Amino acid sequence: MEVALQVQDITVRYGGFTALDQIRLELARHTTLGLVGESGSGKSTLARVIAGLITPDEGQLLLGAEPLGKKRSKAQHKQIQMIFQNPDSSLNPRHTVRQILAEALLFHRIVERSQVERRSKELLSRVQLDAKSLDRYPHEFSGGQRQRIAIARALSVEPSLLIADEPTSALDVSVQRSVLELFHTLQAELNLTMLFISHDLGVIHAVSDTVAVMRQGQLVEVNSKDEFFVRPQHEYSRELLSAVPKMPQY
Amino acid sequence: MNTTQIDTTLPDLGKPASGLRRVLNTPSLLIGIIMFTILILLAIFIPYLSPYNPTEQNLSAFLQPPSAAHWLGTDQLGRDLFTRLIYAARTDLTIMVLAEIIPFCTGVMLGMISGYYGKWTDRIIALVTDTFIAFPFYLIVIIVAFASGAGERGIYITFILVGWIVFARVVRGLSASFRKQEWIASAQTLGLPGHRILLRHLLPNVLPQAVVVLMTDMIGLLVAIVTLGYLGIGIAPPTPDWGTMIADGQPFITTAWWLSAVPGFAVVYTGIALSLLGDGLADIWRRKG
Repeated sequence: MEVALQVQDITVRYGGFTALDQIRLELARHTTLGLVGESGSGKSTLARVIAGLITPDEGQLLLGAEPLGKKRSKAQHKQIQMIFQNPDSSLNPRHTVRQILAEALLFHRIVERSQVERRSKELLSRVQLDAKSLDRYPHEFSGGQRQRIAIARALSVEPSLLIADEPTSALDVSVQRSVLELFHTLQAELNLTMLFISHDLGVIHAVSDTVAVMRQGQLVEVNSKDEFFVRPQHEYSRELLSAVPKMPQY
Repeated sequence: MNTTQIDTTLPDLGKPASGLRRVLNTPSLLIGIIMFTILILLAIFIPYLSPYNPTEQNLSAFLQPPSAAHWLGTDQLGRDLFTRLIYAARTDLTIMVLAEIIPFCTGVMLGMISGYYGKWTDRIIALVTDTFIAFPFYLIVIIVAFASGAGERGIYITFILVGWIVFARVVRGLSASFRKQEWIASAQTLGLPGHRILLRHLLPNVLPQAVVVLMTDMIGLLVAIVTLGYLGIGIAPPTPDWGTMIADGQPFITTAWWLSAVPGFAVVYTGIALSLLGDGLADIWRRKG
């Protein structure tokens, strides 16, 4: 299978604390890797390293065959987009939805200026939002709707890798479900390559093809979803699975 | 995967409040606007409202009490006090506004750079602001006023030197807190260059607070302009200015108290108008945010 992203021995330290310890990971094209682990295990740090928000102290990233340097090119930035955990703070409060989408579309020259409106509406319909939303500000939406706007923005530049960092954990359970369904639809329709981070094993079960488990900055297990949920290899994975009272069925 | 009904309807917020309605619902802003507008209109139209020249002396009609011909009386040189008062508003308010432009822009820019980039840029800017803040403001004003000669130039130079600090400090704090927000991270993930993140993303978010500070700062600046005039190192006579008017009226405080009291009242009036404007704007933006 073609490899979309390779994480090679990435290490991140904050003073004496090692947030990521020699992480090696491969992400196959058109698949979703579910990354689980308790809070503080380094999941978000890894996501931010891949998104280019944190420069690792050691190791490198390969996007396809191309190494991602300390300073990324505009084209490399376009390739990796991220959806953040908290939809309340991931949209600029003073930009309308129209401005949010147009900026991404125009900056990366995805469409001509004259086509921005049409494309923005398409993106909104893809995330099941009304075209009337265009002239509204983020505070006029509910949490789930804001998260859809964030998804539309991430998809707007047609990235080859989408990182979703706990995209549902700030949402109500019923809204979580509808956002997860949206991810499911997008995976099927757009053939996305995705790194999906969650501490919720039910969510990971619903979206992932492969599961990776992190603990204290280290990767303890990478396994196919079916193997992981039936026969986890690592002791810590078994602990995680047994800590879930009942597996939700999706 | 089961399908559940997805809620795609937008929350009904009623009619979005229009700008005008928001102003009408904020009494402090409304009163501030009215007070300030009256002052500005008077200052603009004073040549048509008053038959008198603010600098023309008429020694046969000196120190007259308020009358129909001279609404606020005349000063010791027989000049119409009301006319001088409003012409002085022109002088002082123009300097006040002009002297704030450069400090406001540089302060907001430096504050954003310092707060957003952090690290060494922040340390340098913090060092400069702390150094300037260690000097009393009036000490700097008086030194510069003496060095550059009396008049408006001293005020402009002093304000370009130290006026930006208050904006830089406020904006720096705001920017440093916004930098940790995920909307900044998503702009960075998009690959937007730093200057674009500052101008398109950060600026609209720090500007409201900076404008509120601007209103308060203008009051301080107005008082400084008037104080310098009063001390005789500000606006040079015969150009009308509230500070020199207060000083000129002082010898007659027992016989014609209004000569000093009226320009003093004008300073207080302008200060109240600006502070209501600032408060009102802060209220509106707080509610909107």
